[in-house]
Amino acid sequence: MSTLVIVEHDNHHIHPATLNTVAAAMQLDSSPDLLVIGSGTLGVAEQAAAIAGVNKVLHIDAPCFEHQLAENLATVIVSLASPYSTLMAPSSTFGKNLMPRVAAMLDVAQLSDVSRIISPDVFEHPIYAGNAIETIKMLDAKKILTIRSTAFKAVTDKQDTCQIERVEALNTDSKTQFVRQELSKSERPELGSAKIIVSGGRGLQNAEKFKLIEDLADVLGAAVGASRAAVDAGFVPNDYQVGQTGKVVAPDLYLAVGISGAVQHLAGMKDSKVIVAINKDPDAPVFQVADYGLVGDLFEIVPQLIEQLRKKS
Amino acid sequence: MKILVAVKRVIDPYVKIRVKTDQTGVETQNVKMSMNPFDEIALEAAIRLREQGQAAEIIAVSIGSDACQETLRHGLALGADRAILVSCDTSLCSLNIAKILQQLVKQEDAQLVLMGKQSIDGDNNQTPQMLAALLNWPQATFASELLLENNSVQVTREIDGGLETLALTLPAVVSTDLRLNEPRYASLPNIMKAKRKPLDIIPLDSLGLSLKDHIERISVTAPPVRSAGIKVDSVDALLDKLRNEAKVL
Repeated sequence: MSTLVIVEHDNHHIHPATLNTVAAAMQLDSSPDLLVIGSGTLGVAEQAAAIAGVNKVLHIDAPCFEHQLAENLATVIVSLASPYSTLMAPSSTFGKNLMPRVAAMLDVAQLSDVSRIISPDVFEHPIYAGNAIETIKMLDAKKILTIRSTAFKAVTDKQDTCQIERVEALNTDSKTQFVRQELSKSERPELGSAKIIVSGGRGLQNAEKFKLIEDLADVLGAAVGASRAAVDAGFVPNDYQVGQTGKVVAPDLYLAVGISGAVQHLAGMKDSKVIVAINKDPDAPVFQVADYGLVGDLFEIVPQLIEQLRKKS
Repeated sequence: MKILVAVKRVIDPYVKIRVKTDQTGVETQNVKMSMNPFDEIALEAAIRLREQGQAAEIIAVSIGSDACQETLRHGLALGADRAILVSCDTSLCSLNIAKILQQLVKQEDAQLVLMGKQSIDGDNNQTPQMLAALLNWPQATFASELLLENNSVQVTREIDGGLETLALTLPAVVSTDLRLNEPRYASLPNIMKAKRKPLDIIPLDSLGLSLKDHIERISVTAPPVRSAGIKVDSVDALLDKLRNEAKVL
């Protein structure tokens, strides 16, 4: 089954979620093709060509693709789609923005957040923020998927660079203009791809004290998350929110600090490999999903944790 | 300018869902239903644009069973001017929903379509982008800021690494994220008034679309249950477990 993976990148580097998507592709096609669209992306194409198992990299490079607008990209992808039975992208804001547009232009369905491939046309994906798993058979000849990166182990092996085929860009006229981008300046990893996440809840009491969570995250090299209660109380901005209506995460280690564990928060983090809960209430629901629970005052426990971790590192 | 807002009736976000034992879906009998929270944000955005004098009319649209009338009445109570229910009793995939909306957008000559970035049941995050594709309109997904000026809409989008701002020439489709606004509550007088606002019910068949099935649900199962672990009594014990047992540090 010939498969095409849309490479997510920032014109300089491949986004790590692409490597998980390639792993998913290889379950259908041992040597998938990759597609790089951007501006000044020869380096990205070379990185893509060096991923072990990749058959060929299609490379489209033109200034009009610098900002990777969905309208432009979708037109190009549709023009290249005919030889492929499956098209995949990471289930990131990049992939989610793009792939439904591609699917509708091809008049086929799209499946989001694929977490397991059962056969070339049957897939599992989480619904209700992971509170249920739906198995779907896709009836169209062409399958358009976004891949939940936490469900597939990234391809990290390298190969001698495979063929990079330069494809001429279509000059698509778009009614969408890029204005600006403000990427978070934080040195911390993103919530979506972090291996460790430290999240704080209402137990932190205020924005000033929430800094304690950030200190713990920094010593662990972790991302910072928050419960909806902490967001609603104004401790942190909304984009920190983990939960049913915020971000759904599945890191290797999730530390829930001062979070009671409302259903909508648990829905967003319960697929984490290891969950640690620190809370002063021994009956807090968060302990029901935690692998390791520590009951006590977080304002004593967290500084101790930071100190111990600093000693070791 | 007319704004069309698509709203979906979903299980209330504060309800803990139960998977049916026959694996055909999720229990919806005797379960509290609400307007999809992301759609409520979209509707609020539309209402604010009208309050600022930038929109003439807001049409709330839903597709589904007769029960969706309740969701649309809620939308009317919040501030939509009128509502349309495309009635159908089967569950439709995002592509077919987008095709129905496309038809309504044309009929109503709407210049801006607003809807939530995803519904909290299927979590698909597809319909707005698909609708934009079918209409060949520009799209801005995951909006956290929306500015309408002359013939364009400037949208700040929440992307994984931060924020991106795009300017779309109208007509356009915008999908809304959490940070865009905080929806108002419906006041009692407005709830009463909403009962007299027009709500048209259009049978799906009358739209003259030929929709085919694109996906087939095979099963819905509960995810593996996560069992409670152990309690440790000190920071040292916790770190020891994380390093030597779980091996995540």
